Amino acid sequence: MSNHDDKPTNWQDGVERNIFALFLATALAVSIAGIVEIVPLFYLKSAVDYTEQTDKYGNAKNEKFPELVWERTFTEDAEGKIVSEKALYKFDKNGKPMMADWKAGDGVRPYTPLELAGRDLYLREGCYICHSQMIRPFRDERERYGHFSLATESMYDHPMQWGSKRTGPDLARLGGKYSDEWHVMHLLRPQDLVPESVMPAYPWLAERQVSEDFFGTERDMKKRLSVMRTLGVPYTDWEIENANKAIEGYTEMDAMVAYLQVLGTMVKLDDSKVYRQ
Amino acid sequence: MDTTAQPQYDNGVVKYLTVGAIVFLVIGTFFGTFAASQLAWPALNFDIAEITFARLRVMHTNTVIFAFGGMTLMATAFYTVQRTNGVKLWSNSMAWWTAILFTIGLLLTVVSISLGMTTGKEYHEQEWPLAIAIAVVWTMYTFNFVMTIAIRNKETHSHVYVSNWFFLGMMIAITYLYVVNGLAIPVSLFRSYSMFAGVQDAMIQWWWGHNAVGFFLTAGFLAIMYYFVPKQAQRPIYSYRLSVIHFWALMFGYVWLGAHHLQYTALPDWTGSLGAVISLAMIIPSWGGALNGMLTLSGAWDRLRTDYILRFLIISLAFYAMSTFEGPVMAAKTVNALSHYTDWTVGHVHSGALGWVAMVSIGALYHMVMKLWKTEMYSMQLINFHFWLATIGTVFYIVAMWVSGIMQGLMWRAYDEYGTLAYTFAESVAAMHPYYAMRAFGGLLFFSGAVVMLYNVVMTIRMANARASKPVEATA
Repeated sequence: MSNHDDKPTNWQDGVERNIFALFLATALAVSIAGIVEIVPLFYLKSAVDYTEQTDKYGNAKNEKFPELVWERTFTEDAEGKIVSEKALYKFDKNGKPMMADWKAGDGVRPYTPLELAGRDLYLREGCYICHSQMIRPFRDERERYGHFSLATESMYDHPMQWGSKRTGPDLARLGGKYSDEWHVMHLLRPQDLVPESVMPAYPWLAERQVSEDFFGTERDMKKRLSVMRTLGVPYTDWEIENANKAIEGYTEMDAMVAYLQVLGTMVKLDDSKVYRQ
Repeated sequence: MDTTAQPQYDNGVVKYLTVGAIVFLVIGTFFGTFAASQLAWPALNFDIAEITFARLRVMHTNTVIFAFGGMTLMATAFYTVQRTNGVKLWSNSMAWWTAILFTIGLLLTVVSISLGMTTGKEYHEQEWPLAIAIAVVWTMYTFNFVMTIAIRNKETHSHVYVSNWFFLGMMIAITYLYVVNGLAIPVSLFRSYSMFAGVQDAMIQWWWGHNAVGFFLTAGFLAIMYYFVPKQAQRPIYSYRLSVIHFWALMFGYVWLGAHHLQYTALPDWTGSLGAVISLAMIIPSWGGALNGMLTLSGAWDRLRTDYILRFLIISLAFYAMSTFEGPVMAAKTVNALSHYTDWTVGHVHSGALGWVAMVSIGALYHMVMKLWKTEMYSMQLINFHFWLATIGTVFYIVAMWVSGIMQGLMWRAYDEYGTLAYTFAESVAAMHPYYAMRAFGGLLFFSGAVVMLYNVVMTIRMANARASKPVEATA
């Protein structure tokens, strides 16, 4: 910095005299880490437990650990609609949505419209601020929460909800541990069930229809499922078209409980297998 | 640097941003104190959706980091870039637009989060219309800053001063990371789905998240340190060579650290290890910066007795050195296994955010108020009072979180003599109560300090304006 002559004495002196050179050098310095740490996660198969998405419809398979993903085959029918030999959900004779060809433990699958709506509410209420969804491979976490979490389990989570803080317990394998009624009572008044809890109550969930979004607008699940498909989450055209019907008549509480009850139930992990080194 | 042959600088926008920053400091610490109290006394949630803990906590982080921190960065950057380059701003009107739009953007962010609109990505909660607006405003800020340096007076300012390097690095990294992390597809005006999912999303999220700390809250505030510490101490920076080394090390190294937030998760092991190793190496540039600031005071340490503003600046460097030592320790896998998911992380963030960022900002803001309004402060005693409220408040906060964090970590992993888990999760929650109350008290002290500051600054400005309106006496 002592040199005030016209010619730079060294590289540093040069960039200190030229703001645009300094700009470029700095931009280069800050971009290296992202290239090294992030880019490989998109192509290294080991980063997602060898789960692969094989085609443009988002078909997923896992040759090494087939139990991780729910395999179904998508094709285009004569009208150009995307169909599959297995259905995610269907309606019963009263028009009530129910699971179709998937059952718990069949592997990771996209969320049903009601579960996805519940997940949106989970984000809206900021549940991830106090609850993680990422079990670490420690003995105590195994006994408290279950098998450690795998990357495949959140492959359809846009965005992921791994969390960073456990003011409350981890929820990655919450599904099926308590009854629906327990969840409803707990969300209405947590301290009635867990006196030590510092969790807020969420009474408004029971009062609002899930089909309604901010300022009385419609919660358009059709749009949401189709955006998810654009992002690589596989749904058939029928599943997208009927998405709004599939949340009709449900309260926000129903949606939230549907989401909480599916957490961690998709995959049945085999204790004898080493999923991650 | 600027005392002789002074051109008239653009001060209006800096004045606006300075006062704005202090107002947001008061609001943000109020949100924080309230949220902290809810964890100690959950009845304070009042069953009102808009102020439940999780929403209030996000309103708090956005107000203190992005509104208070952002306005401080804008105020100080616009203030110092003119004085270290001997020119007015490249565009004063663009600076005003930047300041006004940023204020509106942040106010709307807070309101929208309160209503429940969020991307669900930590430290990037603004939904897409606001995120785009803020990215545009940030680019305007960067462009104006770079152009002001480009048109500098090259006769007197042949080289770009060190504080400007740090501001520049902060602006570039924040734009780049914020935009990549924010990539999403809208599903309505109020909601979008992130482009990324699962493990990739987690890495990108923390690549941004940790650098909201590393660049926004560190590089930017080091820039503040590099101008205001030498100014207030009336001494040159201790070592130019040290500043060069720690600048490049910081620019290159900080971006790697995000992975240390994901130790033992489903992120591949090598990524977390890489993050931990570079975190450890970052002690050197971090301490380089802290030492460079502190040693600037060599031979002038006695000024700490009388100069309360200098006290804020120097204690901020002490907290900076402490938390940049604590960070790498927590990034190490064995420590992280205990500290992750606990209050220890919250305490660590606050020793940096309260002790370093807020303290150095407060010092710089007091300095600017006196220079901009060409006056003494209304009360130097109140600055001293503020100093002690802020320092004691910070200490209460971080001590409470150390104890509760380590205790949580130990309770979760404790086994009894039969080999079963010793505590239920609920027991660990109950055990936190006294520390949560203590933390809320620390926050209350810090918030009170901010209120004292606002009062002192408002009275100073009124005093200065009253004096200015009596031109006869103004010669004094």
